[in-house]
Amino acid sequence: MNTGDTAFMLIATAMVMVMTPALALFYGGLVRSKNVLATTMQSFVCLGIISVLWVVYGYSLAFGPDVGHFIGNLDNVFLKGVGLEPGPYAATIPALLFCAFQLMFAIITPALITGAFAERMKFTAFLAFTILWSTLVYLPVCHWVWGQEGWLFKMGALDFAGGTVIHINSGAAALVAALVLGKRKGYGRDSMHPHNLPMTVLGAGLLWFGWFGFNAGSALSAGPIAVLALFTTQVATGAGALAWGIAEWKIQGKPTTLGVASGALAGLVAITPGAGFVSPISAIIMGGVAGVICYLAVLAKSKMGYDDSLDVVGVHGVGGIWGALATGIFASSVVNPAGNGLLNGNPHQLVVQAIGVGTTIAYSVVVTFIILKVIDVIIGLRVSSDDETQGLDLTQHSEVGYTL
Amino acid sequence: MKKIEAIIKPFKLDDVKDALNGIGIKGMTITEVKGYGRQKGHTEIYRGAEYVVDFIPKIKIEIVVNADQVNQVVDTIRNAANSGTIGDGKIFVTPVERIVRVRTGEEDHDAI
Repeated sequence: MNTGDTAFMLIATAMVMVMTPALALFYGGLVRSKNVLATTMQSFVCLGIISVLWVVYGYSLAFGPDVGHFIGNLDNVFLKGVGLEPGPYAATIPALLFCAFQLMFAIITPALITGAFAERMKFTAFLAFTILWSTLVYLPVCHWVWGQEGWLFKMGALDFAGGTVIHINSGAAALVAALVLGKRKGYGRDSMHPHNLPMTVLGAGLLWFGWFGFNAGSALSAGPIAVLALFTTQVATGAGALAWGIAEWKIQGKPTTLGVASGALAGLVAITPGAGFVSPISAIIMGGVAGVICYLAVLAKSKMGYDDSLDVVGVHGVGGIWGALATGIFASSVVNPAGNGLLNGNPHQLVVQAIGVGTTIAYSVVVTFIILKVIDVIIGLRVSSDDETQGLDLTQHSEVGYTL
Repeated sequence: MKKIEAIIKPFKLDDVKDALNGIGIKGMTITEVKGYGRQKGHTEIYRGAEYVVDFIPKIKIEIVVNADQVNQVVDTIRNAANSGTIGDGKIFVTPVERIVRVRTGEEDHDAI
């Protein structure tokens, strides 16, 4: 046990926790004012649901002793055997701290998906979806990548802080959710522009801050790799913000605040899988490319006609895929002995990364689709047309965000 | 007694108010309104999606004056609000039947 590492991970854990309320601000500002609370709620309530689920069986299924390289078993339900001594995943911090750190990741992942079905999903259906999706999609994929005997981990996939588990996984689920729920009423006809962009930019800033805990903390110790991860996170995010802003300036004539904030998020997503494996120069390239391709993906959405309301697919899906593949291109054993990528003479790593991306997308798409269809039959996914017009704040929660 | 309603560009409000004060107009009511005429709207861009906003912000000024002052007030507003570009606004003059001052009960010309 190391007190320095423990102190560092306590702080990192608290920083990752802040990312979920930050996401609530980010998403809340992007919807219309009649849906600000319902949107905020969908992120915020994950802090409640997943915290309980994690203790009861979540941690055990993700990180418990392996069953067929696919999922953990039930040895650690109710955190049995997860105590204040170091566990199998981090040698220098209490097992309970590792468990808390991972809990914060499990909380934000279903919250990310909510951007895809914002402004039209029933709260009851959302609750059922979050519990089922976390159980049937998040926990297995988490085990594949980070579990001790998970099959992607054994194959040598590099995912430093959860590009596959969190971003590709939620991005794929978001695409399915947007397609299954259908467009918002009046999509393409009514104006649906963001009601409070300063709130969104505040959320983006807090996400950026929290992401240092997310990426640097994924080193699980206060050492050189944490420093590398913090630094690559900063420069990739800066490059992403700049690149999105410049791209839209070129294509649409003006650089927008929302564009720069979205570009920062794209950079954060892209660097996540590679943060501890690539050099700062590679990080700038990864972030910059992410800013441009995520912007183009969001532009393409309007042409393809599906209503991914807050661009979860364009930012987390596309940015996550790019980040995972780019990690297989830029990973360098000079900065981290964990592995080399294509540019450092190891093309096999890119193949392994692509397998990780492909299987995660396929699994997430199929299981998310089944979960949504089952909920649609039993509860119904969408609010009534009348409720949608009135807004979810009033109809789902009997409150309004602003009284002026 | 006439009511003069003028729709003007928001940035011209101070100029119009000062000009009206200069000719002795002691009160007015203003409202923030939205609308469009020949100027049409503007475009907003959010994450690449372009929205054409038809209704753009304007200021509506309402003043009630004696009939013999109308021409002077209309000219004053016109001069002060004129930026020479499309979308400068319009001025409407309508008759007023009766005016009552709430505090004193004075009516019509005494209440202006």
